[in-house]
Amino acid sequence: MKNIMKATVAAVAFAAASSAASAADLKACFVYIGPVGDFGWTYQHDQGRLDVVEKFGDRVETAYLENVPEGPDSERAIERFARDGCNIIFTTSFGYMNPTLKVAKKYPDVMFEHATGYKTADNVATYNSKFHEGRYIIGQVAGKMSKTGTAGYIGSFPIPEVVSGINAFLLGAQSINPDFKVKVVWVNTWFDPGKEADAAKALIDQGADIITQHTDSTAPLQVAQERGVHGFGQASDQIAFAKDAQYTAIIDDWGPYYIERVQAALDGTWESAQTWHGLKEGHVAMAPYTNLPDDVIAMAKETEAKIVGGWEPFTGPLTKQDGTEAAADGVRLDDGAILGMNWYVKGVDDKLPQ
Amino acid sequence: MRIELVKRTEHSRLMAVLSPVIAVFLTLIAAAILFQLSGKDPLLGLFTFFIEPLTDTWSLQELIVKATPLVLIACGLAVCYLSNNWNIGAEGQFVFGALCGSFIPIVFPDFETVLTLPLMLLLGALGGAAWGLIPAILKTRFNTNEILTSLMLVYVASLILDYLVRGPWRDPDGYNFPESRLFTDAATLPVIGDGRMSIAAPIAVVVVIVLTIVLAKTLKGFEIRVMGESPRAGSFAGFSKKRLTLFAFALAGGLAGLAGTMEVSGSLGQLLPTISPGYGFTAIIVAFLGRLNPAAILIAGLVLALSYIGGEGVQASMGVSDKIAAVIQGLLLFFVLACDTFILYRPRIVPGRSATGSEI
Repeated sequence: MKNIMKATVAAVAFAAASSAASAADLKACFVYIGPVGDFGWTYQHDQGRLDVVEKFGDRVETAYLENVPEGPDSERAIERFARDGCNIIFTTSFGYMNPTLKVAKKYPDVMFEHATGYKTADNVATYNSKFHEGRYIIGQVAGKMSKTGTAGYIGSFPIPEVVSGINAFLLGAQSINPDFKVKVVWVNTWFDPGKEADAAKALIDQGADIITQHTDSTAPLQVAQERGVHGFGQASDQIAFAKDAQYTAIIDDWGPYYIERVQAALDGTWESAQTWHGLKEGHVAMAPYTNLPDDVIAMAKETEAKIVGGWEPFTGPLTKQDGTEAAADGVRLDDGAILGMNWYVKGVDDKLPQ
Repeated sequence: MRIELVKRTEHSRLMAVLSPVIAVFLTLIAAAILFQLSGKDPLLGLFTFFIEPLTDTWSLQELIVKATPLVLIACGLAVCYLSNNWNIGAEGQFVFGALCGSFIPIVFPDFETVLTLPLMLLLGALGGAAWGLIPAILKTRFNTNEILTSLMLVYVASLILDYLVRGPWRDPDGYNFPESRLFTDAATLPVIGDGRMSIAAPIAVVVVIVLTIVLAKTLKGFEIRVMGESPRAGSFAGFSKKRLTLFAFALAGGLAGLAGTMEVSGSLGQLLPTISPGYGFTAIIVAFLGRLNPAAILIAGLVLALSYIGGEGVQASMGVSDKIAAVIQGLLLFFVLACDTFILYRPRIVPGRSATGSEI
């Protein structure tokens, strides 16, 4: 018993000493929805965190919590960081929006950054990327490469970000093959390799020879590799998991944004803002094009350059699934319409869950 | 030489007391080894995991917030399990109760009176009870297996929630994101203290006390235990097995529904596609960890909550992987169950060569 007491005292002393010993100017903390080893969404956020570590060295201390479920636990996780002396906290999933705002209200001196949400406050900024730009490019590649004219799309949740991705993909494919079809399976999770793999198999069995996904694991691409069809990496370059199957990948590069915001926090110039950047600013990037003929690669690169030059994939004429017009010829959808998209374009072989 | 487990003629009172202590001690040793192996200071790890959450008021409150739904659900489940009704679907009863409890603040957000909250809690409990009664009625009428039906209804409840949050109950100002409108103040449980703890916590304690008295001192409590241990003897005493099944499921469902409504109204303030990180399933562990005794369930709920909060603590401040935290949690449960074996059995060392399998 005495020894346990001693150990406790020693541990208390050690804990006190270790927290006093950190000499960083700023503490940046990250709350992740999945495991850092998902090699997708969360992995890329953690790469961004590591970029911060590399750039600022000892000046900035970082910490993260992984696998934090959206729901009652997330508020506790965020508040824990606010209490642990984090100066800036990045919450990297849509479902953390209201918990982030609640905690931010209680800790006005802490800066909060919420990924993919739409609510801000004086100390809450939001950030997201124009993933749909990459989706348009991979759609074009699919349109060129698919023999069946059908792609399988594994969706996580029917939220605007995912819906606009499906639409952009199909618009890209239809720009090559007007009869192109996309079949959608909703798995209702961001990360569940088993479910994602099952969905990929089901889609291939239904005639899809291109698999793409808006979920976080490498499973769909691995299934594509096994079954001899092709697909695209999501969030991260996943070529290592499917060297014959991956055509390219849409890479989320959070590093530049994290470095910029941490720098602003260090300089005292941090302000709440809504950031939504894409290929042009380097927040979205395309992985090297592989397993493709040269003309398709040239086409993809051309589209990439066009988007970097300011062209928007959601430019009319756009027709909704029900036949009504979404945008007239040459009219470009505004940011709000893309960020709140809840309709399919014509040709999606699915009914949007409403 | 080999070791055998021999059934004791009477259960060991000494082991009943010592078992949790030994289990916690073994968990501490195993956790220290895990921290050491992952290159972290084992003492600091143990301190952060098991003691630090108990040292400040914020984490104590969070501990109680986390434990409250677990304890409420586990209390109801204990009644089911004591009476030999295998309700595995508390998660669904939790979700369906939360749905019913959220009806008023979502459909009639302007109904803001002192009656709003009591009505919500009542609807939540009734909804949970109704959901719990489905497998009970199927069992009593058609002799279906309640383990399967109650479990399958979990998915049905989750999908109904999913449908409502994405469809009719979606926040009209929410950019089509799948979540309901935020509840007004009149529909939010009053907070106690400076954190997230609400009056849900004292309600759970009241439930524990009432249930302890009912089980120990009343005829109903006697009925529950007799029918669980020996339904034939119970039927001679005039107890109805069918009625008890309905009662146990309604009670467990009601408590789970109440917990769901209080979680939504107290901690979340809106309906989301996922409102439970598996409370209904974790509560099964809590119920057995507490040996189906309400007072012990209260402690078991707090211990399990501590393992979550502490697990988060070592992740956040020491960079320990969340897998290590989950392993420690699993080890705690493993050691408790293993040590409990010695209440009913005693180890016997048998000298000589190992058994060939032919002995009795």
